[in-house]
Amino acid sequence: MIGVLSNLMIPLLVLVVIGYGIKRKVAVYDVFVDGAKESFELAFTLFPCMLGMLLGVNLLLKCGILDVIFEWAAPFFEFLHFPVQLLPMAFLRSVSGSTTLAMMNQFFAEYGPDSFIGRLASVIQGSSDTTLYVLTLYFGSIGVVKSKYALKAGLIADFMGIVASIIVVQLFFG
Amino acid sequence: MNFIWAFFIIISIIYSLCTGKLDSLNTEILNSTKDALDMVMKIFPVMALWLGIMNIASVSGLLKKMSNAVAPFLSKLFPELPKGHESLSFIASNIITNMFGLGNAATPFGLKAMKSLQTLNPKKDMATRSMITFLVINTSGVTIVPTTIISLRMMHGSANPTEVVLACILATSLSTIGAVFVDRYYARRDKKRDRRSI
Repeated sequence: MIGVLSNLMIPLLVLVVIGYGIKRKVAVYDVFVDGAKESFELAFTLFPCMLGMLLGVNLLLKCGILDVIFEWAAPFFEFLHFPVQLLPMAFLRSVSGSTTLAMMNQFFAEYGPDSFIGRLASVIQGSSDTTLYVLTLYFGSIGVVKSKYALKAGLIADFMGIVASIIVVQLFFG
Repeated sequence: MNFIWAFFIIISIIYSLCTGKLDSLNTEILNSTKDALDMVMKIFPVMALWLGIMNIASVSGLLKKMSNAVAPFLSKLFPELPKGHESLSFIASNIITNMFGLGNAATPFGLKAMKSLQTLNPKKDMATRSMITFLVINTSGVTIVPTTIISLRMMHGSANPTEVVLACILATSLSTIGAVFVDRYYARRDKKRDRRSI
């Protein structure tokens, strides 16, 4: 049901927008092309920001230091009854969305999507967005370099999201 | 941002040097350029599509109409934006498309919103309060239908792929409400500091 609904969303959105445009006698094709042109400018401004962000994130992810840190922190989280397997995912959610998506996929394969870990992974992935990526993209596109307290606030919000996910999953499926 | 970025890179390089993984370090540094290009290439065509569709919605007045519906709610979150400002309709569209899990349609709206917020910004290189509020709401996630997760669950043979939807909505609402409070707190502190420095 929800699958059908979400498949319908995009065509429906396009239909409504173009239909409304025709009704209002807008030169829809010309306006469309005009709008799409903007993407070039955006792609050019975004590339350097993406490059910078990915350089930092990739190095950190691949160098192996995180495994050491997680191993070291594991007993503490065990004490809090947080499933230790999910620790890297919880930490990296704000840093790299594609990494955590791959992790979630792996948890599904290993424990099954209907296990506690599978469910918690789903909710952690679904209830938050990749803060670092969004900040890079949005500030990068307009050339804002002084982001003030944005990163701090975003990361605190992410942390609250993780805590909320754990509580909610325990309440729903515990 | 500068500090975190440098921190990530320096700590990774030092660690790689200590563990003697110079080969993979070299490939990783160069691979990042390819990854960045891939990423831009991946979002660029989709963005072109949605920027085009969005332009129709904007010219025809549909955006304005949509944002009027949520304006009272948004003006509470963004008290600094003038009433009926175009950025509000982009913010509204971004949040609405995000809610339905249309992430790649939401991004161009978000970028337009930022561009529009930037026109109100007196210091072009510094983030404004409204920008940060918008970003924090965005990053805390406002998805109602997490399409990717549902399809992955389906693929792995979940008995009930959509059972997490309600939990996601609840968790995301909690984190978004929390995010708004955190943002308010920092915004107020920031304002106080500004006043003191004057």
